[in-house]
Amino acid sequence: MIEVKGLTKAYGSFLAIKDVSFTAEREQILGFLGPNGAGKTTTMRIITGFMPATSGSVLVEGLNIFSESLEARRRIGYLPENPPVYPDMRVEDYLRFVAKLKGVGRNRLDEAIENAVRGCGLEDVRNRICGQLSKGYRQRVGLAAAIVHDPPVLILDEPTIGLDPRQIIEIRRLIRGLAKERTVVLSTHILPEVSQVCDKVVIINDGRIVLEEKLDQISRGESLEDVFLKAIAKEEPAGLVGEAELEEVEAGRSSEQPR
Amino acid sequence: MRNTLTIAGRDLQSYFVQPVAYVVMTVFLLLAGWFFFALLRRFELILEMYAALRNQPGMQNFNLNQAVIEPLLHNLAVVLVILVPAVTMRTFAEEKRTGTYELLLTSPVRTGEIVAGKFVAAALFVILMIVLAGIFPLILLFFGNPEIGVMFSGYLGLALVAVCFVAVGLFTSSLTSNQVIAAISSFGALLLLYVISWPAEAGEVQFAGLLRYFSLPEHFAQMVKGIISTQDIVYFLSLIAVALFLTQRSAESARWR
Repeated sequence: MIEVKGLTKAYGSFLAIKDVSFTAEREQILGFLGPNGAGKTTTMRIITGFMPATSGSVLVEGLNIFSESLEARRRIGYLPENPPVYPDMRVEDYLRFVAKLKGVGRNRLDEAIENAVRGCGLEDVRNRICGQLSKGYRQRVGLAAAIVHDPPVLILDEPTIGLDPRQIIEIRRLIRGLAKERTVVLSTHILPEVSQVCDKVVIINDGRIVLEEKLDQISRGESLEDVFLKAIAKEEPAGLVGEAELEEVEAGRSSEQPR
Repeated sequence: MRNTLTIAGRDLQSYFVQPVAYVVMTVFLLLAGWFFFALLRRFELILEMYAALRNQPGMQNFNLNQAVIEPLLHNLAVVLVILVPAVTMRTFAEEKRTGTYELLLTSPVRTGEIVAGKFVAAALFVILMIVLAGIFPLILLFFGNPEIGVMFSGYLGLALVAVCFVAVGLFTSSLTSNQVIAAISSFGALLLLYVISWPAEAGEVQFAGLLRYFSLPEHFAQMVKGIISTQDIVYFLSLIAVALFLTQRSAESARWR
């Protein structure tokens, strides 16, 4: 379970996120949705303890990420936007390194690595060097590293980016399976992904939360597209984001720059 | 402790997976061999000269320690000023550039453990380099009779110098995500450490004593002569401690920016 309360982050005088609050429950996949530069990556980096917020608090499984940082970080599996793999390491060595770093005990190391490898479909590439893998496989290695210590909380920053359709389906199935006993937060700007995978949706726009709802309450009547457009239109002058642009966003990878 | 060893192990492994380690070691040992050869040749020449002149007192004061090992060690220390930055420039800068730093900082690991792990790996690497350069005293022991204690003290000094350089290099690498900037700034800092007492040597200036105290060759020269004094050891150890402390602060500050 993750409780985010009144999170604000300032980069100098620029406010990346303003008063962001939401809750992610156990056994639930929370879709964190928003246009590029809305503050998704910033929020996730704060939740994972990569950087502190200017104000506000985050509780991960009841532990404060600032004051009980080590304990809280132990409970988080994080896949950043760019999977943090060492290009000169073999997949299995890399997973072993990450597992040790995350505090997996020596006697459970092999089992943890085996589970992660099998869970993410890495059997064929386990002895390959990370730098030589395709983007899709590297993404899966990143995901395997995020789950190798069997964390109760998973934070995934755009996990399906750069994958081919078949891989996307596989990864989504994997994430659904992972959510059975975990809390998952998944950021994306692909709307269909949210309706297929998530239980709850939080929409962030221009650094503010504009919507937090269970998916089954939204889908009645209105499509997610309409909801998304309406939600972000409140913040922006009407007509600034049109259908056409939205489709572009859905169609592919865009270059949201983490700061 | 376990985290430190995990990080040190990975870093050490990555030194040897990439060609940098082999290039640095080869250059170091090639240059060392060349210096050794040149110094030995000079030693022989001077000895022949003394013999031809029947200069008995000159010959008695002339020895392998002073004529070969001492200048060799001083030369190697200067070579390290250039080579150690090439070893340490990657430590933090590369991780920041490839994004693996995000993995380290979001793992349940203290920043101090990350710094310690990287320091141990880089320090072991340069110490290995110096141990390999120990072949030259071995050769001398085989063909002559230099004093072992003095040579040991000199090599210990060289190892301390190299580890100091590593600590400074880690600090500059932690400041940036650009390896070139990391290498050049640590090269600058190390060279400054080397020449900091020059104004004091040129004549009476204020703080001359202070500048001499900060000067690294001043302390190193003592050890090369075979004098292991607490004062010099404290100098090296405190230099390492200060540089590592700054590294820890700078690595930690990455979170606060």
